[in-house]
Amino acid sequence: MNLRAVRAIVRKDLSVVLQSKAVLLPIIIVPAVMLLVLPILASFAPQFVNIPGASDLGELLERMPETFTQRFAGLSEEQTIVTLMLVYLFAPMYLIVPLMVASVIAADAFAGEKERRTLEALLFTPTSDRELLLGKLLSGFVPALAVAWGGFLVYTVVANAAAWPVMGRIFFPTGMWWVLALWVAPAVAALALGATVLVSARVNTFQEAYQIGGVVVLPIVVLLLGQATGVLVFSAALVALLGAVFWAAAAGLLVLGARGFRRGELLARR
Amino acid sequence: MAEPVVVTRALTREFPSEGGTVRAVDALDLTVARGEVVGLLGHNGAGKTTTVRLLAGVLAPTSGSARVFGLDPSVDGVAVRRRVGVSTETPAVDDRLSGRAGLTTFADLYGVPVARVRQRVDELLSSFDLAEAADRKVGTYSRGMRQRLALARALLHDPELLFLDEPTAGLDPVAARAVADRVRGLRGEGRSVILCTHDLAQAQALCDRVVVLEHGRVVAAGAPAALAAGLGAGVRVRFVASAPADVDVAARLSALDGWGGVVAEPGVAATDAPADGGALLVSGVARDAEAVAEAVATLVAGGVRLYAVERELPDLEDVYFALHGKRRKPSAGEVHGGPGAAPAHASRDAFDGTSHGAPAGGEARR
Repeated sequence: MNLRAVRAIVRKDLSVVLQSKAVLLPIIIVPAVMLLVLPILASFAPQFVNIPGASDLGELLERMPETFTQRFAGLSEEQTIVTLMLVYLFAPMYLIVPLMVASVIAADAFAGEKERRTLEALLFTPTSDRELLLGKLLSGFVPALAVAWGGFLVYTVVANAAAWPVMGRIFFPTGMWWVLALWVAPAVAALALGATVLVSARVNTFQEAYQIGGVVVLPIVVLLLGQATGVLVFSAALVALLGAVFWAAAAGLLVLGARGFRRGELLARR
Repeated sequence: MAEPVVVTRALTREFPSEGGTVRAVDALDLTVARGEVVGLLGHNGAGKTTTVRLLAGVLAPTSGSARVFGLDPSVDGVAVRRRVGVSTETPAVDDRLSGRAGLTTFADLYGVPVARVRQRVDELLSSFDLAEAADRKVGTYSRGMRQRLALARALLHDPELLFLDEPTAGLDPVAARAVADRVRGLRGEGRSVILCTHDLAQAQALCDRVVVLEHGRVVAAGAPAALAAGLGAGVRVRFVASAPADVDVAARLSALDGWGGVVAEPGVAATDAPADGGALLVSGVARDAEAVAEAVATLVAGGVRLYAVERELPDLEDVYFALHGKRRKPSAGEVHGGPGAAPAHASRDAFDGTSHGAPAGGEARR
């Protein structure tokens, strides 16, 4: 394995990504909203609990299993609301960050390069198909993890700081969130990469790859709905299991994508 | 012949298409010796680019075989690509990187020794007159600069074999000549070059041999001069003349035995013609020198004043159009020589009795 070539591909793709507003803006804006703005707003939620409609959170708790509601034992109503939102409801949304970053960058690295007609020069280099694929995958995976883990750090600081008046202590991250960040977020990024590799081999533009590859957000939407309706309640064990499922799905997609990733095929499909 | 660096035998590549397959390269036999410059000529879609991709191991053949440096590119593609440089038809340079960053990346990809990368990149930037623009984004480069950058990239690792696909497209004459000089220099260093081009004059000037492709098949191959010499017995002759208003010079010439493909260009300024603007250029293909003498006598007797009679030597362009000529349609009223007469460039067939001008020194195939 020619690691120097792999590093060169990653370095080139990241340099190119950093020059593209179409790629860079979502990578900045989405994590900023998810991991900065929302936790700040959530920390003010207790002030709005008496506003009609806002008390839905109380109803939500009533629908939850007893094992779940026991986690809020000893917390005031305000603390319960903050904990419910910052620890549980926002957890699936956090997963959108690595998914989106990986999808955008991989779409640019695979289909975007085809669209810009720069892929051919890369295909004529003395790299193997495996090295090319690995370089392209890492181009999406490394920044996805960096943003996800950096975002986790930011979220931790913001959540504790913004909720301090209500919580009066450092309550975040919980064990479940550690599992989410260290085990599930990489799996989600890999899942997005697998889907984008599959799609990118068959389309010729960044937009097509990004939009079609974006269907992998559906499992996250399902998780969000599951959480909001009380059907699926996150715990460290459940999150660990979800991570395993995502890893398995990612492995399947990546194997399928790798099978179709032959330089001749990439050119022939243009 | 020196040791061959490229040998193909019945190399064939098909692509799926609606309702079947398209054969982009069809039973190609090609040999390129070390230090040889070989031109691949042909219309768009003739199979030139697919041939390059097959030889670089980017595409696998459907059937047949290829050996580059004795290696099978479809099996040992990495080893082959380590020794070849490719400049693609579109420069394929990344607009968002600087010229220097792009070359540095590819130096890493081509395995240029780490300690040499900076020096090699600087050498090439300077050599291709890009040093001042080296740190600017490629998106700000002119087409010519992008083409030069792509050429520099192809040379990063000192390849023994170069595939140059339209290397002077978009270049101004000075830059095009610089590229031509560089190709000659590469040959002088013992490197081999496969030059895909539409520029027939360039191919004639640079190539030791040319291979003319049509629909993926070789229709002619040989040294440009040998191909031109083998076009047939016809002699292209150009007259600078003036004539009374009721005399149609082109028609008279066409009516003579042994003449074909006569083309008249009235009102053309010619250095040999009187300055009153009444001269015209008439060119045609005579069967032999006797036919030329007969034409001169007939025209003069008919009141035509001849200021110059010149024999034009056939070149690669004549070969190319002779090979593809039967598909070209002359402009209405432009060509004399009977119904269905081919344009002047394509008219040798009428006299040598061969199809498509089988060259004497080269080989023409169908």
